[in-house]
This record gives sequence, structure tokens and C-alpha cells, in this order.
Amino acid sequence: MSARVGIVVFPGTNCELDVASAVEALGGTPVMLWHAEPELRGADAVVVPGGFAHGDYLRTGAIARFSPVMDAVARFATAGGPVVGICNGFQVLTEAGLLPGALQKNAGLTFLCETVDCRVETSRSPVTALAESGSVLRLPINHFEGNYVCDETTRRRLRDDDRVVFRYVRNPNGSVDDIAGVCSEQRNVVGLMPHPERASDALLGSTDGVVLLRSLLASASEGAAVA
Amino acid sequence: MRYEARVEITHLPGIADPQGATVERSLPALGYDNVSHVRVGKSIRLVVDAPDDAAARAQVDEMCRRLLANPVIEAYEIELSELAST
Repeated sequence: MSARVGIVVFPGTNCELDVASAVEALGGTPVMLWHAEPELRGADAVVVPGGFAHGDYLRTGAIARFSPVMDAVARFATAGGPVVGICNGFQVLTEAGLLPGALQKNAGLTFLCETVDCRVETSRSPVTALAESGSVLRLPINHFEGNYVCDETTRRRLRDDDRVVFRYVRNPNGSVDDIAGVCSEQRNVVGLMPHPERASDALLGSTDGVVLLRSLLASASEGAAVA
Repeated sequence: MRYEARVEITHLPGIADPQGATVERSLPALGYDNVSHVRVGKSIRLVVDAPDDAAARAQVDEMCRRLLANPVIEAYEIELSELAST
């Protein structure tokens, strides 16, 4: 059975169709979840896509975490369901406390829109299960607030527990420890600044994101089998 | 009672402040060579009705923890002043 991937849509989200189209191309079934919905309608995995949720007022993701759907996402995450935040979605998940640290303005205050090299640091995550640890992927970034910060204790814990999922080969935004993506303690919640869905077709210039989305679909099917 | 709260939000010590760093780098270009320790934060003002000073402060403090500031990277200070009743 095809995996149902819930895609959270806040007012101001703008990458939901890109994610849906990439998921569909890989055989998954996208399910759009409007932010006011109180439940996930049987999703086997959840993607919080990029954009500007609630206008990113106050701080990126600060208002979005109070949307009703986020309670359902938090329950799903606590139960071990795979949840992936991409770009603004990563920011939302840190604000919601589902991932450690925070994302602030890029060092140098430059908006970045380019394709960068990202190293997969661990295959122990729902988006990298089928990827090879140490492999380098060409993925687009598109952000002003991608500068990952956390305190020293958190940084050490992320390192020691193998929870840095992606690192930039050349740090574009000042992120602590070159971090481009991390996972939760349970490893089922992942946030990353690069956009795998924008690297999912040769026409887009790179297909390096496919392995990440394929991994997510595989972990979603596992979840479906369990449930 | 009616109170005006001024909330000043700054980066926690030890957390990099890219805005402060950029402003600090740009000031010497204007001839200000003697500036250091630039920090850029946020200022939020609001008016709150509460039975007394302590209740108003407790409520604004809760707002800061839940929404106005991100305790992971930001510190906040609350300044409270009683508004003259009309």
C-alpha cells in the first residue's frame, strides 16, 4: 500500500505542492493538512514544508507552533512517527520544541539561494536510512534564517549521540558545527535547511534529494505496517 | 490597574548575534572606530490590565516564555510602569 505523507500547510507555507509532487512521483500519497486541522487523517509520515508560516512574524515558526495541527504532529512524533521539517518547517519544529536549538539570521545577514554540498552524517534517521553515511548531496538552500544555534551542552550531545544528520561541506550561513540538519533524541523527527524536494527531478538540476524522500517513504511504510 | 510593559529581548550570552556583528563591522566605515560589543535585540511594548504589579509582571513573564522570546537563544527583561487611571 502506498504510504500516506501528511503535508502541513500553514498560511504562508509555499513549498507544499513541490513536496506533494515529489512524494507522488515516488509512489507516495500526499495528504494536505491545513494548519487548523486537529488530526493527521491517517498519515504515516509528516512533512512540515518550507515557506513563511504565519508570515514568520516575531520569529520564524514562533506563531506556527500554536496552530492546532501542531498538537497532532507532536503526538505523532512522541508515538515514534516520522516527521520531517524542511527549511521553514525545521524552524517550526525547533520553536515547537520537537527539535533542539534554534535557527537565526544568517551570518553576514545575506539571504541565500544556491545549491550547496551537504554531507550525510548518519543513516540512522527516517530521511537518510537509504543514503550512505559520508556521501555528499547537491541540494538547494533558500533561506535568510538558516544559521543553526544551540548551547554548548546541546552541541556536544548532538555530536556524541550521532544526531547531526547533515553538515554543509562549506558552511554558507554561520551554523554551529556546520550543521544543516539534526534529529530528535528518538531519531524520528528530523529538521534540515536544504530542500530535497527541489532536487528530485533531473529537470531541476539535481536528483540528489530523491534518496532522502525515498527513505522517508520507506520509514512511512514501516510505520503503516506497525499501525 | 493598568500597566505598560516594555520587554527587551536580547541574545543569551554566548549565542552569536549576526545582526550585532554586522552593525559592528559597518560602523568603522562611517568613521566610528571606537565601537565594540554591539548587540541588536527587540523591544516589545504592551499594556496589560491586572489587579496589581506582581500579577501583571507574572503574566508578562509567562508571555515571554511562551511566545515573545525564544528561551533557547534569547534573554528578556521586563520593565513595568503603572499607567495613570483615567
